[in-house]
Amino acid sequence: MYNISQSRKLFLQKKKRRHITIRVCQVSILLLTILLWESLARVGVIDSFIMSQPTRILRTISNFQNNNLIHHIGVTFFETIIGFSLGVLIGILIAFVLWWSDFLAKIADPYLVVINALPKIALGPVIIIWVGAGTQAVIVMALAISLVITIMEMLNGFKNADAELVKMAKTFGANRFQIFTKIVFPYNLHTLFNCLKINIGLTLVGVIAGEFLVSRAGLGYLIVYGGQVFQMDLVMTSVIILAVLAALLYRLVALFEHIVMKSVLK
Amino acid sequence: MKEKEILQFADISLTYQADNGEVEALKNINFSIKEGELVSIVGPSGCGKTTLLSLIAGLEPPTSGKILISAEEVRGVSGKTGYMLQKDSLLDWRTIRGNVLLGLEIRGLKTAENIAYAEQLLKCYGLLDFRDKHPSQLSGGMRQRAALIRTLAVKPDILLLDEAFSALDYQTRLVVADDVYSILRNEKKTAIVVTHDIAEGISMADRIVILSKRPGRVSMDFPLEFGDAPPLKRRDNPSFRDYFNIIRKELGINV
Repeated sequence: MYNISQSRKLFLQKKKRRHITIRVCQVSILLLTILLWESLARVGVIDSFIMSQPTRILRTISNFQNNNLIHHIGVTFFETIIGFSLGVLIGILIAFVLWWSDFLAKIADPYLVVINALPKIALGPVIIIWVGAGTQAVIVMALAISLVITIMEMLNGFKNADAELVKMAKTFGANRFQIFTKIVFPYNLHTLFNCLKINIGLTLVGVIAGEFLVSRAGLGYLIVYGGQVFQMDLVMTSVIILAVLAALLYRLVALFEHIVMKSVLK
Repeated sequence: MKEKEILQFADISLTYQADNGEVEALKNINFSIKEGELVSIVGPSGCGKTTLLSLIAGLEPPTSGKILISAEEVRGVSGKTGYMLQKDSLLDWRTIRGNVLLGLEIRGLKTAENIAYAEQLLKCYGLLDFRDKHPSQLSGGMRQRAALIRTLAVKPDILLLDEAFSALDYQTRLVVADDVYSILRNEKKTAIVVTHDIAEGISMADRIVILSKRPGRVSMDFPLEFGDAPPLKRRDNPSFRDYFNIIRKELGINV
């Protein structure tokens, strides 16, 4: 660290400057948008009744005790976590069964393809009638959206585990279950985490769509409700909170991946 | 060297059923191997060398004939054989120690005694300091050695090396061949080395078996008179060239 050449120093400086410039630009865009939005609303160029306004959004947030914001965030968060966990667990389980039995996988293939292509939102009314209009319907909706893709991704990963490694385990007399737990599954940790990252987004889509339909509680409900009663402040606030929630959940998955990968690989 | 026969092929044939017809992979293979013997099997690609090893390992059954290990017929994978594949097949997500213990783990033999034996092997062959490292932190030669220890840890009677060095670069390959040879001799193992590299085949074994083109059958089988000279030394021996030319002619490679 003490003896770095001049050109190395310049290279590092240049790299650091570029990094800072990118960050500054990113933050400026956000600040400028907010500033422009606020000032245009104040001057009256845009109608804050329709477009809302940053200060009004802040007021809505600070008013959380009266509008039950915390409760709605909690509901959406809870539904997302449950839907996400169930989707991942059930998805991996089914993928495991289909990996185990190639016969079943062949039979299931056309069904998976069709169900995967179907826009799951279309099932909304069916789900509400079948399981009732409540949290359970929202979770099922989230599952409907994330499950099939999990099964397909994981099954694909399981099937493509390195054949040489599988053969190596077989030469030691490994049974199918051992091949799965010792080779195929750990080999697919990357697939799993990619799947988790995609799923957290898909689950949120399902949860919000479910809340639109069920209309009881949650950020999705707030958005629909706010739209119906022309409370654009509430709609915009909910959308912004949702964006933050989505980003946080994604970060959480990425952090989990980082920790697991670091402990498994070095 | 004891003169007991440890492995016998009794008229082994194997025919595959493929979509476009039957493929005769091996035909009427008859030969046996004595305990402690190192045998090379050389032949053109696609002659069924690897298939032969799969049969010995019990990964697949022959269409007809019998394979006997210590006078007992092979039916499925048993603890009697240890198989080494082309790539070292170490698991990236396990440490070297974890990799070396994999065989014991799968066989349900992870006893204190066996673990101690595996660690003893690690120590003997210079990998003890690397036992907590991951495979990616080791050189190609060391990885191959770790793979060999993983195989030795389950104490197989016969080792099967399937093109075990072909994934390494030429320099490393020569060194690792020497390395593995001395380990096999040291542990007094019976081993079958399958290779398409004639020179490697000659340098590693006491005896060489030549398989013909598909369907594979034994076209030549003779001892190599090098005594206990290690592979690298053998390559300097004048008879090395003679053996090489005999085999080359037999395989029909004319320059």
